[in-house]
Amino acid sequence: MRIPCPLCGARGNEEFTYLGPAGVARPAPEAPDDAWHAYLHERVNPAGQHRELWWHGQGCRAWIVVTRDTRTHRIEAATLARDAEARP
Amino acid sequence: MRYSVFALLRGALTGQKHWTPAWRNPEPKRAYDTVIVGGGGHGLATAYYLAKEHGITDVAVLEKSWIGSGNVGRNTTIIRSNYLLPANTQFYEKSLQLWEGLEQDINFNAMVSQRGVLNLYHSDAQRDAYARRGNAMRLAGVDAELLDAAAVRAMLPGLDMDNARFPVMGGLLQRRGGTVRHDAVAWGYARAADRRGVDIVENCEVTGIDIVQGRVTGVQTTRGAIRARRIGLAAAGNSSRVAALAGLRLPIESHVLQAFVSEGIKPVLDTVVTFGAGHFYVSQSDKGGLVFGGDIDGYNSYAQRGSLPVVEEVMECAVALFPAFSRLRYLRQWGGIMDMSMDGSPIIGTTPIEGLFLNCGWCYGGFKATPASGWCFAHTIATGAPHPLNAAFTLDRFRTGAVIDEKGAGATPNLH
Ligand SMILES: Cc1cc2nc3c(=O)[nH]c(=O)nc-3n(C[C@H](O)[C@H](O)[C@H](O)COP(=O)(O)OP(=O)(O)OC[C@H]3O[C@@H](n4cnc5c(N)ncnc54)[C@H](O)[C@@H]3O)c2cc1C
Ligand SMILES: [Zn+2]
Repeated sequence: MRIPCPLCGARGNEEFTYLGPAGVARPAPEAPDDAWHAYLHERVNPAGQHRELWWHGQGCRAWIVVTRDTRTHRIEAATLARDAEARP
Repeated sequence: MRYSVFALLRGALTGQKHWTPAWRNPEPKRAYDTVIVGGGGHGLATAYYLAKEHGITDVAVLEKSWIGSGNVGRNTTIIRSNYLLPANTQFYEKSLQLWEGLEQDINFNAMVSQRGVLNLYHSDAQRDAYARRGNAMRLAGVDAELLDAAAVRAMLPGLDMDNARFPVMGGLLQRRGGTVRHDAVAWGYARAADRRGVDIVENCEVTGIDIVQGRVTGVQTTRGAIRARRIGLAAAGNSSRVAALAGLRLPIESHVLQAFVSEGIKPVLDTVVTFGAGHFYVSQSDKGGLVFGGDIDGYNSYAQRGSLPVVEEVMECAVALFPAFSRLRYLRQWGGIMDMSMDGSPIIGTTPIEGLFLNCGWCYGGFKATPASGWCFAHTIATGAPHPLNAAFTLDRFRTGAVIDEKGAGATPNLH
């Protein structure tokens, strides 16, 4: 699998570290237990389109939001996390 | 038909034309007492023990593909019970005991081979951790032996003990561990459940779960609607998708794990060996091929195929441990989708929905669990409450904080 880094171009996935789903907001410290439970443990885990965070540790060291189909590994989009997270 | 040497001899006189299919191929009925979703090892074992231990035979196992197409036919066949935490030790030891009597019980040769599982250690700290695990096992009545370097060298002449970076200092050996022919487990349980009246329905995907006022009433499938009083989910890598049909969100991510088989060679390895300094394990099948694997690829996937960096890493580990293996070619490679739970331990229990039961979170280690998983899940479904052996494996342990975290690593989907 090759990941199209917005800064470096398409690179082998061994250069990247995977974190997990993107756009998951950390609850406030005083949020109820249920919110923390959902944040820490629960996953949508979709078969299909998945927005996820990858870190280009052996390249430009940027965090990237990749939109990928988990059934085919086809990558539809990759944006710098700082731009992606700014979106609603 | 009962399988025996006499059946074989009788067949010799009649051209072996008397064999019948190992299980029927029934049309699904419109209603069952209990429906099991997923005809992998766990679903089939559950149906078998429901019939055998609890007398519940009005059961259907609904499998979207064919029996053996999932992880039960994709794993690297290792069985063991070398765990640290009490809940895991007792559960997996029950499983190992069931493996020891399985073939007589289900009248099927599953090639259960207790050839031993040896976990190598490469540092003082790792030796201490393994000694602790071995002691915990022995306290629980499970066999474990801590070997020093000389004992390992005598056992495994081909091993490179003196690797400059990760010298082998010894190993933790469980002699009762070993391997089992994985597809025979699926076929054997399918046949044994069928013989007790369970309907095994292949090519039947569950596409909906009917719930009325918090209670299950049946499932929608590609072969029509089926009513059921109780539903047990045992969909392994597809657990999140199946549970979502009932509105549940699970503490699970699906990841791909690969397996590899080399060309067949003469006997070279008579035990299962795991590398302590990387993620790698190897055994030799009775056909002669080396069977080996490593870590998950590490990103969400339902694709049942892996990528090259992990192939390379696994081969590097193989050659680091056994330099002679560098001369081998690998023949076959494949992937399976693992239901990675957030503490590395499984879930077998009830759900917030009445009549709906959940079996998932097997990570890379669910094959060895097959008999005990089916046994405990059947008990849970039949009685409505868990057996003491699976009482800790609840879904709500994540909410309450009573996680079973062998690695002590916190909530991540890469424990096992
Ligand atoms: C490469 C690899 C190596 C492994 N090595 C080992 C090992 O050495 N030792 C060990 O203990 N474990 C190992 N495992 C893990 C083990 O194989 C699994 O944890 C275990 O097989 C999972 O349980 P199962 O057999 O019931 O799963 P499966 O066989 O995957 O059964 C689940 C079934 O559910 C079906 N299903 C899914 N969705 C639906 C639906 N909507 N409707 C109907 N049916 C559905 C699937 O088609 C599938 O047949 C390994 C796994 C892999 C992939
Ligand atoms: Zn980059």
